[in-house]
Amino acid sequence: MYNEINPVLNPPSLVEKSGYENKTILGFWVYLMTDLISFAALFATYVVLRNNTFGGPSGKELFSLPFVLVETFILLTSSFTCGLFTLAAQRNNKAQAISWLTVTFLLGVSFLSMELSEFSHLIQEGNGPQRNAFLSAYFTLVGAHGLHILVGLLWAAVSLVMVWKRGITPHIMNKLTRFSIFWHFLDIVWVFIFTIVYLLK
Amino acid sequence: MSILFGKLTLAALPHEWFTIAGSLSLVLGALGVILLLAYFKRWKWLWTQWLTSTDPKKIGIMYIVVASAMLVRGALDAGMIWLQQSLSVGASQGYLSPEHFQQIFTAHGSIMIFFVTMGFLFGIMNYIIPLQIGARDVAFPLLNTLSFWLYVAGAILINTFFIFGGEFAATGWLAMPPLSELAYSPGTGVDYWIWSLQISGLGSLLGGVNLLVTILKMRAPGMTLMKIPMFTWTSLCSMALVVSAFPTLTIALLLLSLDRTFGMHFFTSSFGGNPMMYVNLIWSWGHPEVYILMIPAFGIYSEVVSVFSQKRLFGHTSLVVASIIITLLSMLVWAHHFFTMGAGANVNAFFGIMTGIIAIPTAVQIFNWLATMFRGKIILHSAMYWFLGFVFTFTLGGMAGVLLGIPGVDFALHNSLFLVAHFHTMVIGGALFGIFAGITYWFPKVTGFKLHETLGKYAFWSWVIGFLVSFTPLYILGFMGASRRLDHYDASQIGWQGLFIVAGFGFVIICFGAALQILQIVVSIKQRKENRDSTGDPWNGRTLEWATSSPPPIYNFAIIPEVTTRDAFWEIKSRQSSNSPLNKSIPPQYNDIEMPKNTAMGIYISGFIFLFGFAMIWHIVWLAVLGLVGAVICVIVRSFDEETEYIIPASEVAKMEAGRANYV
Repeated sequence: MYNEINPVLNPPSLVEKSGYENKTILGFWVYLMTDLISFAALFATYVVLRNNTFGGPSGKELFSLPFVLVETFILLTSSFTCGLFTLAAQRNNKAQAISWLTVTFLLGVSFLSMELSEFSHLIQEGNGPQRNAFLSAYFTLVGAHGLHILVGLLWAAVSLVMVWKRGITPHIMNKLTRFSIFWHFLDIVWVFIFTIVYLLK
Repeated sequence: MSILFGKLTLAALPHEWFTIAGSLSLVLGALGVILLLAYFKRWKWLWTQWLTSTDPKKIGIMYIVVASAMLVRGALDAGMIWLQQSLSVGASQGYLSPEHFQQIFTAHGSIMIFFVTMGFLFGIMNYIIPLQIGARDVAFPLLNTLSFWLYVAGAILINTFFIFGGEFAATGWLAMPPLSELAYSPGTGVDYWIWSLQISGLGSLLGGVNLLVTILKMRAPGMTLMKIPMFTWTSLCSMALVVSAFPTLTIALLLLSLDRTFGMHFFTSSFGGNPMMYVNLIWSWGHPEVYILMIPAFGIYSEVVSVFSQKRLFGHTSLVVASIIITLLSMLVWAHHFFTMGAGANVNAFFGIMTGIIAIPTAVQIFNWLATMFRGKIILHSAMYWFLGFVFTFTLGGMAGVLLGIPGVDFALHNSLFLVAHFHTMVIGGALFGIFAGITYWFPKVTGFKLHETLGKYAFWSWVIGFLVSFTPLYILGFMGASRRLDHYDASQIGWQGLFIVAGFGFVIICFGAALQILQIVVSIKQRKENRDSTGDPWNGRTLEWATSSPPPIYNFAIIPEVTTRDAFWEIKSRQSSNSPLNKSIPPQYNDIEMPKNTAMGIYISGFIFLFGFAMIWHIVWLAVLGLVGAVICVIVRSFDEETEYIIPASEVAKMEAGRANYV
């Protein structure tokens, strides 16, 4: 079903006839939707608890918008390079695919390091997740996204090895397609985090 | 806290009579099984033929075996609850301390929902859905074994405290905070509860994704959506609910464990935490969960009533539409579990009205089944008995539910035994009777012989009578003001003890019914030659699972059937009877069949996740890291394996089919 409506992510040249591709892509989308509901529950939790600071500082006092804006641009750029990686992989251009995936990986690493440095900064100032309900919700929501990024990075690293050793077979192309859907999905979730956690007054 | 064992110390080991008895029976039972298998040299057979199997038929059977074992555990808990409540009045404190009593009713609820009803339903779905849609397998075979083994890991973990010590949660089956927070439940009980549910819930979620894709993508050619058999349709609805509701459970449990393990403040009573948020999260999973259990049972009844009335299901389309409406509405009623929260009249009115509306599609289904029986050639088989018993109990329980759905009434009956009676009527009289009907109906498909009829009918009558004797008093007690989870009540409550004793007597009748069911299986196996079904179609069935032999070959169908109508097998049979000589003369043309290889990866991953869960309960850091890293490495190793399938050559298929033909 997905194949028919989105030829970009699943070029006809690389689609196996067995229907395996169809099933795994649909299954992965269903999984992503469950993940989306998990995030929805975390967002709801955050929105309910964001004013429960128990005398502690509010988000406005804690977060540095320019810092988060840089983080955001890094992640958006990584999504762009991930797109370039997919296009290269679809052309079966191994060298280009590997380099764009490496760039995506490095951008992901820098995003995650910035996030971790922000976390450690907050914790050092005594504003860790144990301080109040607002900070518990903040660390859990943003941390859950960070954990997904970590999984994505692991996935990217494994994919790099796989493409390096085996080239871009239809079987591997299917895995790479799922990786790129996952990575773009994390981008979208981040846009919501940026809006609701950092921009919302 | 030691580095090696975390919070786990010698003092934590079992030292109460019921944990010692539990641990002894578990250890001896496990030892017995190990010795028996070693004695009969069956270890290798068990490992290669069953435990590592990716065949959904075998996984389905294993689900049912585990669920049956857990049913025994849950039933023991039920018996202990009833005994305590019958004894503990006035000066007598009964035989259990309040703490024990609380642990027992918590375990009873969690086990019956997560490990018994869910286990049975996933078992039946695994076995039947691929057969009904004319498929050879599920969409993701590895994911399927992983789901099963995660379920087993959860089932083991919930019983682990018998051996490794600690205690079980004493909070009630949904562990509401702030009671379940560290401040009020400092032991490991709630952690056992969290992690066994988290792990088995993950298994259910993955199973939901798997079956959803299986039904959407793997149907036989020609089987359009409206030609899907009713059980598969209702399973599709149920799995859609699984994938939309279980993530909320995962998050609710995660946040509670963050509170308990890392000192966060989501649901604590101070530091800005909000306990009512947990109640909302858990019930926005919990209510759909009830329908996850109920809707597939509706599907089983639909199959049974249509086959044993020898008539096409009345109003198939309206049944499908009603199932979908129930599916959607079940996401919109969660707040009726806590009308007393104080959300205000408007919120309560909305959820009250939504709750009442669910009665309409449910009634549509009941009328559809009754209309199917109308002017049908009804065969009063024991599967049909379970259906008729269900119509009675479910209508009773449904009306009690509509009553409870009225906010004003609920304020009076909230947390009373009336509520307990209501949901037991739904889960036993609705879901469990459906499971029994399904097992009776599909047993010959699985084993090749029918269940003993007379014993099945005796078992049915014991169950229905036992059920009414044990739960009618609870309705009355609820009206008399008895609240749920009472470990002791005052002697001034005149009439309570008598009703509790009657309820306990009903439990004994139910146990008699369960014993009859075990006897029924034993007798059926002994008399399997007389009850042999050689046709693969003992009931004159209508759907595709009856088109193959009993038990079906590993690939289910040598040639995937073409579907042109609803009740596909009925259609094939009527076509064959009109021109059968022609059909027989054409030798079938077989093709190579691609099947998934067996894999132990599901066991390894679940094993590591089990270690992770156990380590999180006892705060054993190194073990938690080991469990998590181990599971991730297993996934990575597997992702490099591209040879996950093997081919059964056409000649082999022909040989197997010829062998089956001789057997038939």
